[in-house]
Formats: sequence, structure tokens, C-alpha cells
Amino acid sequence: MTTKLFGEPVRRREDARLITGRGRYLDDIGPGALAAAFVRSPHAHARIADIDVDAALDVEGLVAIYTYEDLTGPMAEPLPVLIPHPQLHAPRTGYPLANGEVNHVGEPVVMVVAIDRYVAEDAAERILVGYEELPAVIGVDAASAATAAVHGDVPDNVAARHHQETGDVEPALAASPHTLSFTQYIERSAGMPMEGRGVHARWDADDGSLRVYTSTQASTSVRAAIAAKLELSLDEVEVVAPDVGGGFGVKIMHPWPEELLVPMAAIALGAEVKWAEDRREHFISSAHERQQKQEITVGFDDEGRLTALDAHIWHDNGAYTPYGIIVPIITATQLVGPYVIPVYRVVVESVYTNTVIVTPYRGAGRPQGCFAMERTMDRIADALGLDRAVVRERNLIQPDQFPYDHHLTFQDGRPVVYDSGDYPGLLEKLKALVGWDGVDALRDDAEARGKLLGVGMALYVEGTGPGPYEGGHVQVLGSGKVLVSTGLTTQGQGHETSFAQIVASELGVPIEDVEVTTGDTRRFPYAVGTFASRAAVMSGNAIALAARGVREKALRIAADVLEADPEDLEISDGVVQVRGTPGASIPLRTVAVLSNPLRYAFDEAAKQATQFAVQAKDDEPPVSPGDAPGLEHRDYYSPIRSTFASGAHAAIVEIDPATWEIDVVKYAVVHDCGNVVNPMIVEGQVHGGVAQGVGGALYERMAYDSDGQLQNASFMDFLMPYASEVPDVVIDHQQTPSPLNPLGIKGAGEAGVIPGSAALASAIEDAVGRRITSMPISPTELYDLVRDPSAERTAVAERRAGTGAMA
Amino acid sequence: MTVSVDTERTIRLTVNGVPREATVPVRRLLSDALRHDLGLTGTHVGCEHGVCGACTVLVDGAPVRSCLLLAVQVDGAEVRTVEGLARDDGRGGQVLHPVQEAFRECHALQCGFCTPGFLVTIAAGLEGREASAELTDEEIDEMVGGNLCRCTGYASIEKAVRHAAATMRDVQ
Amino acid sequence: MKPAPFRYADPGSLEEALEVLSAEEGAKVLAGGQSLLPLLSMRLAAPATLVDINRVPGLDTVEATGDGVRVGALVRHNSLLGGHPQAMAAARVQPLLARATANVAHPAIRNRGTTVGSIAHADPSGEMTSVLALTDGSVTVATPSGMETVGWRDLFVGPLETSLSGPAVVTSAFFPALPDRSGAAFAEVARRKGDYAVCGAGVVVTLDEDRRVTAVRASYVSVGLTPEAHDLTDAVGGRSVEKADWAAAGALARTLVDPDGDLHASADYRRLLVGVLTERTLASAAVEAAERTPA
Repeated sequence: MTTKLFGEPVRRREDARLITGRGRYLDDIGPGALAAAFVRSPHAHARIADIDVDAALDVEGLVAIYTYEDLTGPMAEPLPVLIPHPQLHAPRTGYPLANGEVNHVGEPVVMVVAIDRYVAEDAAERILVGYEELPAVIGVDAASAATAAVHGDVPDNVAARHHQETGDVEPALAASPHTLSFTQYIERSAGMPMEGRGVHARWDADDGSLRVYTSTQASTSVRAAIAAKLELSLDEVEVVAPDVGGGFGVKIMHPWPEELLVPMAAIALGAEVKWAEDRREHFISSAHERQQKQEITVGFDDEGRLTALDAHIWHDNGAYTPYGIIVPIITATQLVGPYVIPVYRVVVESVYTNTVIVTPYRGAGRPQGCFAMERTMDRIADALGLDRAVVRERNLIQPDQFPYDHHLTFQDGRPVVYDSGDYPGLLEKLKALVGWDGVDALRDDAEARGKLLGVGMALYVEGTGPGPYEGGHVQVLGSGKVLVSTGLTTQGQGHETSFAQIVASELGVPIEDVEVTTGDTRRFPYAVGTFASRAAVMSGNAIALAARGVREKALRIAADVLEADPEDLEISDGVVQVRGTPGASIPLRTVAVLSNPLRYAFDEAAKQATQFAVQAKDDEPPVSPGDAPGLEHRDYYSPIRSTFASGAHAAIVEIDPATWEIDVVKYAVVHDCGNVVNPMIVEGQVHGGVAQGVGGALYERMAYDSDGQLQNASFMDFLMPYASEVPDVVIDHQQTPSPLNPLGIKGAGEAGVIPGSAALASAIEDAVGRRITSMPISPTELYDLVRDPSAERTAVAERRAGTGAMA
Repeated sequence: MTVSVDTERTIRLTVNGVPREATVPVRRLLSDALRHDLGLTGTHVGCEHGVCGACTVLVDGAPVRSCLLLAVQVDGAEVRTVEGLARDDGRGGQVLHPVQEAFRECHALQCGFCTPGFLVTIAAGLEGREASAELTDEEIDEMVGGNLCRCTGYASIEKAVRHAAATMRDVQ
Repeated sequence: MKPAPFRYADPGSLEEALEVLSAEEGAKVLAGGQSLLPLLSMRLAAPATLVDINRVPGLDTVEATGDGVRVGALVRHNSLLGGHPQAMAAARVQPLLARATANVAHPAIRNRGTTVGSIAHADPSGEMTSVLALTDGSVTVATPSGMETVGWRDLFVGPLETSLSGPAVVTSAFFPALPDRSGAAFAEVARRKGDYAVCGAGVVVTLDEDRRVTAVRASYVSVGLTPEAHDLTDAVGGRSVEKADWAAAGALARTLVDPDGDLHASADYRRLLVGVLTERTLASAAVEAAERTPA
């Protein structure tokens, strides 16, 4: 049967090529292309005095060298501010190649094109750039101190002051039975996909068309940007995202300088040009995320119920703001989580630093918001001597409160109104899954083994599937093959499979007949992109609507042929059938043939549809008014607002009090993303997200020194987890369908990463009895913390010490 | 001097059972030679400093990082890449290696970029052991622990190793 | 990240290798290449000529005798973990070799990287440099004027720097045997499994016929600019092996080392680990020493 594919763990269709080495990633394309390499700034902040390319000119195999002086028209203007916002009062962007000033190590200054990458690097190495160094601003504290400015005309380094409030927070705090205030930090990490960025461009001089392959999460928008910057008509530019080796957000940022410069060179040189980013480049020129300083003041009653919350956050946006203030907005609005907060005020100051730009990395501001809220919950529990789960439970939005309006404005400009959920249900499942109530016994057991054991939890709500829209196109061919396309792109999420499942289910065809194409502007030119856990919600629903359109047309045509009422027809296994009347049927592929009246019979199937074969009615045109030839339909899904997924994580850690090594012995996840298209794929997303969450909490950080040099720009020192560092994960599911979309689904892509730092900070704090105010944390830092006499001891640790327990 | 000191060399090697020849600058990394000179783009390059393992191939049967070898160093050697894991079924098609089947069955890949390195490493590990012996966690760690994957969180990859080992035991 | 241009030779004998090394300005020996290739690709090293010794015959031998283990320049790390016919014999003569090697990177690196290469690389974060120091080992070096033996103290002069200059090929490393009535242990703390150690410790405990501690020697990984060997006998010497206070030896070790801090560990944290790992490895080595000492 074909119709029950929705919700089944269908094995992935893309795997056949990926496990045999037949994937087609960016650097697999254009084997004979010229290669680009870049001279990048070695300084965090400097004026460019001069550029001397003479020594490079002798390099055999050099083809071209470009500096800012070679850029013309819109290419000589600053890169776009992709997402403007009224509160982004001082937006600044760089140029495709630096124009007189560099603002972070890694900023591109010169592009070299040569016969291959080896030679391009030889030439780049010989180019001498004279710099006059300027003071570097590194980290949020230096940025807000503003003793030096990143951009001379923004002396306070503040790009934006994002502010939302749901009431008058100061009187509410003053009236609260208890308040507490604290400051905490979360550090930089990065998406760090296994495949870096890359661009390949081919100019066809004969027909004046440009085809660009780019490892992107937004091919339609890259296309528009290239057309605008290179002054081409949109119809002269095609952009294709081939197989993409991971994105995690860094590839939603666009147009990257290289996405404009490589096509520019291809046109200028009349040759294929390719740039495949290497790992060192990726570290110092592709976006990072996460660094924030958070000052929180919370009011609460004797039961631990929130009365007011005031959050003042400094967000490091790096050197430029091409992606606007999306990350700050998401932190500000997703911080509230699954809780009722009577009065909430948030101010996020988005500040410039002389570091790589900050744009969304999986979670996109949510991990920081979750860290703020969940650590607040832990503090309240500690202050009142209550169980951390109990305090959370008392503050949860209840199932009968949906739709729940937080009176905030989300990243899509729409209100933050939670559509559905069951947060107490999540918490109950989580407690059972991790064994929350039995932790004291585990603690004693660990103590007997000389280990410190702690448990922590964190809950989150994730706005997923924001608009404005996505589209889908479904076409049945005379061969019976069903072609499906959508404009958004794929970086490993298995869209070829889940979208095929949706179409097979909606249309009643075998999944083997369905072929899905994503991210190719030749096939579907209207799209927004793959980010914010939106692909399944947006394109999934658009494709479902398109499939329904095809179904309706197929039934109408088949009804004519079968002389039946469309209402009495069903499609199953690719055959349209009069319900309950065996034999009264017509294959869908034949319906497809008949849908397109033909003059020319180019094959056997077409013969059936020629003007002499079809019993046309003489008084009607072959194609009815308002109808169109072909069995196809295009449709769009545009949501009224985002849908809100949710989840809860808990971690148990064991710490060796001799070496302060941290071992995550159990990691539990309860996950709710509404209806699930393919549970195998969703579970894979959760596992991958948790690994990144654990990595971000315990291993990964972008370590800049005070001069703005990235100290760990290699996989040797940027500690992405191997299998040995990722804990076993146990998962439980809950499904509260979204009432907002036809399929009832919510996004699942980012969820796994969101609560990692919050849950692990809580667990480590529980184990060592010292307040954790900064994440990530490593053994050497934990050692510093536990022997720092000024480090705050938690109240629960004091109480345990009083009863003789180890702390 | 009797020894030849070169900037370019012609190398002959066997790749996936097929004799191949290429003339390469001596600085050409094996990873680049496989991908760009021999057109075998299934081997991927993730870091070019030997940490990620995406470029792992088998040289004379042993997993090595192809980004940490010069192409000239494998002159005369036998190289096996992800393209050489499946075998011909004699009817124009291919029979997947058990580890390839297991990766699909266990959802052990997402973006697929790191996958070839895992596949060849695990294939070598499983082929090099007594198939009837119980697979230990330590063996799995050896086969999986030296490669980075940013998508899966590894649980499904470890599951795939067990799955493939079971298949290889059953067909024995 | 592509290497700068260089010239390449793969001589078929030691004589030829030395000939090229003498003739070519700025020539460097390539053996396993697992440390060198990343440096080349990052263009942190750009030798004019690489002299690949992989075709030189006779360098892939492991000889285990009563005196110790001699490891040839082309013996891969994994060979010592079981790949080489003499691996078992070597492990019996000097168990530290395999115990330390098991901590070197990941299997794919160990398939290519060599024990001698990591010693010639003189990385104080390497396991094998530390084991050479701990066992009071030496290397044999072929030069145009003949073969020389260089003790570890004379070999290591700074981080990534040896005393070897001019045309030279390290042909083998010699690790003296574990003495009678002795036990050895090696342990590391690394951020990720397979990473360079934040701190590693290797120890040898030797007992007298009455199972009293007569000598305790330790060496560390990622501690100090060059490998060092420390005598910890003062802390526990003369005590019966069952009653020795290994923590005291750890405490002594902490006073003897002078670690640096870096991204992954402060100097204080390294010093802490020196103490902890010393105590833990000594406890384990003591068990082995006792087993090897008839009561």
C-alpha cells in the first residue's frame, strides 16, 4: 500500500548515491574550473595602506587578481543588510573585497584566480598588503566599554537596541515577594559543517546566462543577490544548491562575498571558476554565533511563581550586521520558554566587535534564551529550597491555555502566540525518563565510587516554520513518474524522502515513482530558504497542497473517462479507481497523458492523447477555459504565524573530583514537534542536535585573544565531539499537532541543540555545588571554579554540606 | 647524483581494482589526486589536517588519511575508496557492501559528507576481524572513534556497525 | 590549505638518502608524515625538498632483546600494537611502548605515523618522546660520517627542535628494557579521546627483593618545553610496595614540573594532573612490579 507512508520511518532515498560516493557536492562540480583563493586580513582591525601584487605576477598559472579597485557598480557598494529592522539603528556591512579597512581576521582583501588551488595559494602568498593596525574590540565587555570603536561612526559599538516589554517591569519587581539578580555569559561556537562553503560559476557567453552552484541554504535569494550585484536580469541567472555537506545556519547567510566574486570572475574571464573554502578559511571567515552577556532580574513569590522578569542582554554580532538582528530577536522572544511570565521586559544590545560576523547557528539565539530562563528557574529553586522540577512545573503554561499569547513580536514580525503544546506532559515524561526522583540514590552510589554526580534539566519552546511562504510543484508524467520540486534547499535533512512521503500519501502513488528536487531555481524559482526548522512545515505543507491540486485534477479527468462522479474515485498505487468497482480504473500515468491534448505522437503513450485519438467534444475546445494542459499543480503555503514546538532535556553528569573531568552518563530528551512525517529522520535530527548541544556546553568555543586572533582555528583545537564525547541519548516523544497547518506539523531541525548548555550547567552545578555562570565549561575551568574562594556556593550545596553529604 | 629529485612524477597505482596512472606535481595530496586527477570524488576533504577523517581511504588495506599522504607516496600501492566498496553483481548492477546497506538501514548519515570516510574505515575494520566473533564496544570505538560527523550524533553510526557485523556473521 | 611547492626524492638506500639530504638545501626527511603534512598544508613549514625514506629497506624492523627494544624508522605506531611480528616480544621487554602508543591519535593516523618520526618531531605533547625519556632511551642517526647514537637528553633541545643538524636520518630508536622487579604504567587526560594529551604520565617503579621500592621514575606529556624524566624515589623509596604512599610521589612530582598553560589547560591544572596521574599510574605500576617480584 502506498497511502500510509506519512508517519512511517521510510528509509532515505538520497542515501543510495551518498553511500556509494555518487553524491555531488560543490567541489565535485567543474573539475576543470579555474580556482579562486583569497588574501585575507591577518589583523582584527586595520586600515589598508597599500596592496602590492607584483611578486604574484610571476607565478606560473596565475590568471587574475582582483582587489576592491577592480569592483564596479553595485559590487563596489557595501554588501546588503539582508534583514533591515527599525531597531537596527546603525547597520554596517563589509564590501565583497575590503575597501580601505578590515574589521576582522579573515576578511577578504584580494581574490586570486589561477589554474588550480595550489597555484592560487602560491600567488596569494606573494601578495603584500600594508596595514596600519587599529585597536581591536574583542568580546561583549570590550564592546560595551567602548574605549575603542569597531566602526568610527558608531562610537558606542551598539548596532541595535532591541527592546520588548509586556508591562511595567519595575513596579512589578518592586512588588514581588522575592527578587534576585545575576549575570552570566555564554560563549561563541559555530555550526561548522563538515563541508565548508563553496561556489562554482559558469558563464555562457553565447546566450548570456550564468549558472552558479553554491553550497547554500537559500539558492533563490542568492540568485536575486547575484542578479542585483552583477547587474544581470534575473532570468539570466540560475542558482543551484547541489548536495550540501551540512549547513546548520552558516549557509543561510548570503550573499557571501565569494558568492558574488566567483560569478564576477567567471563572467570577466569567460571561464568556469570555483572556490572551495578550506577549513582554515571557514574558521576565520564564515559566521559564528552564541556569545552573549546576560543580566537577569527576576521577581517571584514564595511558591516560586514568576512575577516579573527583566533581561538585559549584550549580544556580540561581530564586525557587521548583514543578517540584521534576527538572533537578538529570537533570544529576546524565545527566552520566555514554556512559562507564564506576568511582566517581561527584554533589552538586547547588539554590539560590534572585531570578529567574524554572527549569524544564525542551529538554534539561532534560542540556546542563549533557554540558558537565561532555565538558569533563572534553577536560581529560584535554589533560593527557595525547592526541587527544580517543582518550580518549573508551577510556572508552566497549562494545556488549556492555548493559543497562548506572550504579547511579543517574533522574528517574522508576527505575534508570539503558541499554537499548541502540553508542557506539563513533557515534564512528567522527562522526569520518568531520566529518573529525576531517584537521583539521590545515584548520587550516593557515585559518592561511594569517589565521583560527584549531578542532574539538571532544561525546557524550551521553539518557534518553527516562520513565513513568509514556500511553494511546491507536483507534476505527473506520462511515464507515471511524479516530479516534485520546491525552492528551499537541503543540507542532510532527508527532504527527498519526507517530501516524497507526503506526495505519495496525498496522491496515492508508490514512493518509488516520486522524484524530489530542492534548491534549484531552474525548477522552482520562488522560495525563502532552509532555516528556523521550517522546511517540513513550509515546503511540506506547500507540497501537500500542490499534490492535492494534482489529485483534484486527476480525479476530474478520470471521472470523464470513467464516466463516474469524481467523488466516487480514489487513487491507490498510482491507479484511479471507482471505489468498490473493480475494473473501472485508469492508471494515473494515462490520466497524465490525457491531460495534455497532443498533435504529435512521439511515443506510444502520446498516441493516446493525439487529437484524433481522444474523443473530443466538438463544441468544446481541447483545453477548457481556465484549465491548463498537463497533470501538474503549483501551490504555496503561507502561514499566519510560526508554529511552536517544544521539548525538555535532562542530563546526569559524573565528575571526577581529582581531575575535574565531566562525564555525561545519561542524556534524556522528550520532544514534541506535532505530527511527524518520518520518525526516523526526526530522531536523527534530535541526536545530531544533542551532539551539538553537548559540544557547545563542554567542548567548543571560538577562542579569540585580545588582539582578535582566533587561537583555535583548526579541528585540532576547536573540539568538535567525536563519538567518544557524545553521551548515549534516550528519547521519548509527545505529539501535539499544530492547528495552524494542513499537516499538523512543527519543525524539528534545531530542537536538539537548544537546551544543552542550560541542562548541563544545571547538572554540573548540582554536582559541584558551585554556581555555574558561564558556558561552555571545561575541566580546567571547573578546577579554577571549585578552588576559587569567591565562587558562590549553591544553597543546596550548603544544605547538603550541613547533612554531611559530599559537595 | 643517482637519485632523481623531481617536481612532477607519473604514478601508477591500483584504485578499486583498476590500474590507474596520473602525472602529478609532487606536492599533490592523495586526496586531491583521487578527486581531481582520477575523478573519484566520493572521497571528501573536510579539514586537510588529518583530524576529521572524511578523506579516509584504504591504502594496501589499511585506513589512512588521504590528506596526509602525497600522491607520489602511493605509487605502486593498492587504494580502495568508497566507490570500491560495492561489488559488481555480474549483471551490470552492484551489490552494496554490508556496511553501506547498514548505513541506509540505520539512518547513519544525514548530509553524507563525512560518510565515505566512515564507510571505508568500518568496512576495513569489519573485513579484518573474525566475523563470527562477538563485536565488542571497544571494536566499535576503534572503527568509529577517529572520524568527525556533525549531523548524526554518532548513535546511528554505531548501530550501523553492529547491523553490518550481524549481516557479515550471517552470510559467513 | 595546499602545500607550497617542493622537490621530492624517494631514495632506495640510506646512502642515497644522505646524498640527497647533503645536496639539497633545506631538505627534510619524510617518514610517516602525519605531523609534517598538516604543517605543509597550512604552509607553516615549506621545506625546499622532501626526502621520502619509505623505500629505504631495513627500517621497518622491531628487535626485542633482553636489553631493550629497537624500533626502526618506518615502524608504524599500529605495528607496535600488534601489527608487527615482534610486537608481542617488544611488549614483554618494554610494556610502556605499546601502552603509550595506544594513546597516540586515532587508528588511521597510527597506520601511517611512525614511532621514530614522532620522536624526531620532538613534540613535547607526543607520547613517544616522553617514553624515550622515561626509559632513558636513545636514537641512532645516520649521517654522512657514519652512524651515531644520541641519548634522549642530548636529542631534545626545545619544542619541535632536536640537536640534529645537517644531513641526518634517524634510523631507529632504542628503548631499554623494563628492569627486573619493575612495573610500568602510562595514562593520559585528553579533552577528546585521541587528542594530544592535556597531560600524560608514564612511570616505572622498581622494587628490591624484599618488595621495597628502590626507584621511581616518571615522565610527562604536554608538560614542559622538552621531555623530562623525574626521579620520585625520595617520596617513597624504602617503603614496602604495599605501603608506599603514591600520593606523596604525586605531590613531589608537582613540585618538580614547570608546565605552561594553553587553551585547553592552565598551568595549575596541568600541575594538578601531574599529581593525580602520577599517583594513579604508580598505583598501577606497583601492582605490576609486585607481580614481577617473587615474594
